[in-house]
Amino acid sequence: MKYLHLILSALFRRKTRTIFTLLSVLAAFLLFGLLDSVRSAFASAGHDIAGVDRLVTVSKISFTLSLPKSLLERIGSTPGVAAVSYANWFGGIYQDPKNFFANEAVAANFLDLYPEWQLSAAEREAFRNTRTGAVVGERLAEKYHWKLGDKIPLQATIFPQKGGSNTWTLDLVGIFHESDPKQRDQEDVLFFNWDYFDEARAFGTGNVGWYVSRVTDRTQAGRVAAAIDALSLNSDHETKTQTEQAFQASFVSQFGDIGMIVGSIMGAVFFTLILLTGNTMAQAVRERIPELAVLKTIGFSNRAVLLLVLTESVLLIVLGGAVGLVLAGIAVSALTAQLGGSLPLLPVGVAIWLRGLAFMVMIGLAVGSLPARRGMRLRIVDALAGR
Amino acid sequence: MIVCVVLLLLLLWLFATRTGRQTWSVTQVGILSIPQRLGSSLVVVIGIAGVVGVLVAVLAMGAGFAATLRQTGSEDTAIVMRAGARTELNSVLDHESATLIAQLPQVQRNAGGLPIASPELVVVAALPKKSTGLDANVELRGVGERAWELRPALRITAGRRFQPGLRELIAGKGAHSQFAGVEIGSTIQLNGQSWSVVGVFESGDAYDSEIWGDADIVGPTYRRGSSTTSVTVRLTDAAAFDAFKAALAGDPRLKVDATTTRDYYTEQSARLASFINILGITIGSIMAIGAVFGALNTMYAAIAVRMREIATLRAIGFRGIPVVASVLLETMLLGLLGGVIGAGLAWLIFDHYTASTLGSNFSQVVFDFQVTPALIWTGLKWALAIGFVGGLFPALRAARLPVTAGLREL
Repeated sequence: MKYLHLILSALFRRKTRTIFTLLSVLAAFLLFGLLDSVRSAFASAGHDIAGVDRLVTVSKISFTLSLPKSLLERIGSTPGVAAVSYANWFGGIYQDPKNFFANEAVAANFLDLYPEWQLSAAEREAFRNTRTGAVVGERLAEKYHWKLGDKIPLQATIFPQKGGSNTWTLDLVGIFHESDPKQRDQEDVLFFNWDYFDEARAFGTGNVGWYVSRVTDRTQAGRVAAAIDALSLNSDHETKTQTEQAFQASFVSQFGDIGMIVGSIMGAVFFTLILLTGNTMAQAVRERIPELAVLKTIGFSNRAVLLLVLTESVLLIVLGGAVGLVLAGIAVSALTAQLGGSLPLLPVGVAIWLRGLAFMVMIGLAVGSLPARRGMRLRIVDALAGR
Repeated sequence: MIVCVVLLLLLLWLFATRTGRQTWSVTQVGILSIPQRLGSSLVVVIGIAGVVGVLVAVLAMGAGFAATLRQTGSEDTAIVMRAGARTELNSVLDHESATLIAQLPQVQRNAGGLPIASPELVVVAALPKKSTGLDANVELRGVGERAWELRPALRITAGRRFQPGLRELIAGKGAHSQFAGVEIGSTIQLNGQSWSVVGVFESGDAYDSEIWGDADIVGPTYRRGSSTTSVTVRLTDAAAFDAFKAALAGDPRLKVDATTTRDYYTEQSARLASFINILGITIGSIMAIGAVFGALNTMYAAIAVRMREIATLRAIGFRGIPVVASVLLETMLLGLLGGVIGAGLAWLIFDHYTASTLGSNFSQVVFDFQVTPALIWTGLKWALAIGFVGGLFPALRAARLPVTAGLREL
C-alpha cells in the first residue's frame, strides 16, 4: 500500500497514453458487461428458484398441440399434486405486430399457483367475476400506459370468435407485481378469463394448451411427473411433464447457443485488448528502464520491481474495466427501461462484477508479465549506462 | 464506382502535384520505418482486424438468416391462410376452403390440367437436437401431391420421396444435420405411431429445416382431420396476384388472406434480421471506439519517434499538408490491412457456418452464415474510418508542432 503513490505516478507518467489505454479497456469491459448480461439472462432462464414445485404438462408431440380437458380431474387426483390449473396460448396482437407480448387465457385458479405474483384480493376477485376481465404485469401496464378499467383490444392470430370477428376486447381489472426484482420480465404478460375464451372461440372448445400443477413435495417432482404422464400413456394425446424450470430452459436453449456466440466475441475482444495494453505496458517499461535501475540501486529487490510493474498493469486494467462495468450497468438499466421485454437482459449484479474482476486481474497479469520480467531481470549497470 | 473515382483522384494527386509527390515521399519514409516499430503497428492492424472480424461475422449471421427466408419465397407463388393469421402455425383452413382456393382461375395449371396448388399442414414435432441432446422443435409439413411441382428447386439428395398414403417422411438437409434420429431408415414416434424416414431433400432455403410427409396422413396423426394450415399456389404470373387476392376477398365462403410467398417469408425474417444487425453494429461500434484509442496511442508514439525527422522536413520546406496526409495515409493503410485480415478471417471461419435458431413457427430454422462481398466492403469501410480517426489527431499534432521545438526533441 505504501507504494501506491509510486505506482500511480508511474501509471500517469504519460497521461495521454494512459488515458487512451484506459478508454480502450473501458470499451472492452463495457462490451463485456452488456454481453454477459444477455448471456446470463439466457442462462438463468428457468434456473431461478421459483418454479421448482410447479410442473408443466404439455403434449408429448409438441407444446403447440392441445390436450383434452378431461385430463384435469385425473391430474388433480394424482397423488402428490396439490393443485392443478390450465391455460392456453392466445397469441393476440395489440395494435401492431411489433408490440409482442405473451397473452394467455387462464383458468380461474391459475394465478393462485403463482404466489410470487402479487395481486390485491379485490383485483383477484374482479378477475374472477368479470367475464371479459384481464390481468397484466406491472411492467407491461407501464409500457402501454394502461390503467385499471381500460379496454384492451387484441387482434386474434389463432382464435377468431364464433361470429368470425378477430377482435377480442378485454377489460383490465388487475395489475400484478412480481416480488423478485430479477424476474421482472415475468410481468410482460396478459392473462384473461378461460371461460370467456372457451365459449367465444370458433374452434377448439374443450381443449387445453397446457396444465400447470403444484406438487406437495418438490423432492418428489420427478415421480409425480412420471405419474401424470402415465395417465395418458398409449392414448392419442400422450403428455410430457417437466418442472417449469426445465420447460423454460429447453425453450430458451432453442434460440441457439448464446453462450458460444458471446464467448467468441469476447474472445476476440480480450485478445485484441491484451495485445493493445501489452504494447502500452511494454512501451511504458522500456521508457522507464533507467528509473527502474535507480530503484534497484537504492535497494528495491528484484521481486519488488516485478510486483511494482505487475500491480501497475493490473491497476490499469481494473481502473478502465471498473468504469466500463459501471457504464454497462447504466446502459443495461436504460435499455431495459426502453425495450421492455424484447431483449432479455439481467442487471449487472454481483456475479457479472465478479466474473469481470476475474477477467481484469487475469488480463492485467498476462499483460504485465513480460514487461515485469524485463524489469526484474535488468542489470543495474547496463540499464544506467543505457545499453 | 465512387470508390474508384476517389482512388483515382488520390493517385492523381499523389503523383501529379507537387504536394502530392511530397506526401508520397514522406509516406514512404513512414511505411519503411514501420519494421522499427513493428509491435505498436501490429496493435493497430490486429485491433482493427478484431473489430472488422466480429462486425462481419455478426452481420453475416443476420444476412444468412434473411437470405435463407427470402429465397424461400417468390413473386409468382402465393400462400393463403386464415384471415388474421400471421404464421402458418396459427392458421386453420378447412378442406372445403382449400379446394375452393385451388380452383380459382389465377392458379396455374399443369400439363394434366390440374391446379398447381398444395394444401399444407404445418405442425411441430419435438425431436432431440444433436448438439445439446435436448428436445427442440422441428417443423413437420404435410404437403399435397403437387408440392413438388410448386417447388421445382427442391431435389432429393438421398433416398426417395415419401409415398402418398404411407407413414413416411423425408427430412430437409438442415433438419437432417441438426436433429438426432432422422437418418434414412430410422423411425420417428409421433403420437404412438411409427413413421419411417425414407429420404433427404435439399432446396437451399427455409424448407431445408423441415420434415415433410403426406398432409392426408399427418392430419389425422395430429388430430387435425382433413383441415390444413395453408394453401400455397403457383400463380399464372406474378401480375395475377392482385386479381387472385381480389377473387379470394370476393368469395363470401372464404375468410382468408393471401400474401406472395416472397412477402410472407421476408416478414418472417424481418424482426430477427434487424435485431441481429442492430446488435452487430452496437458491438462493432463499441469495439471500434476501443480500437480508435489503440490506433491513437500507436500513432502518437510513432510521431514522437519521428518528431525530429518531421521537423527537419518542415525546416527544409515541406508544408503541413504532406505531413498530415502522410500520417493519415499510413494509419489508413494499416487499418486497411487489419480490415482485410479481419474480413478474411470472418470469411474463412464463418462463411457457410451452419447455425439454427427459433423461427416464427416456434421451430428451428437452420441457416448458413453468408459473408457476402457487400459485408466485406462494409468491414473495410469501418477499417478505413477507424484508421482515419486514429491518425487524424496525431497527424495534426505533427503538423502543428513548432519546427524549433521538434528539432530540439530527444
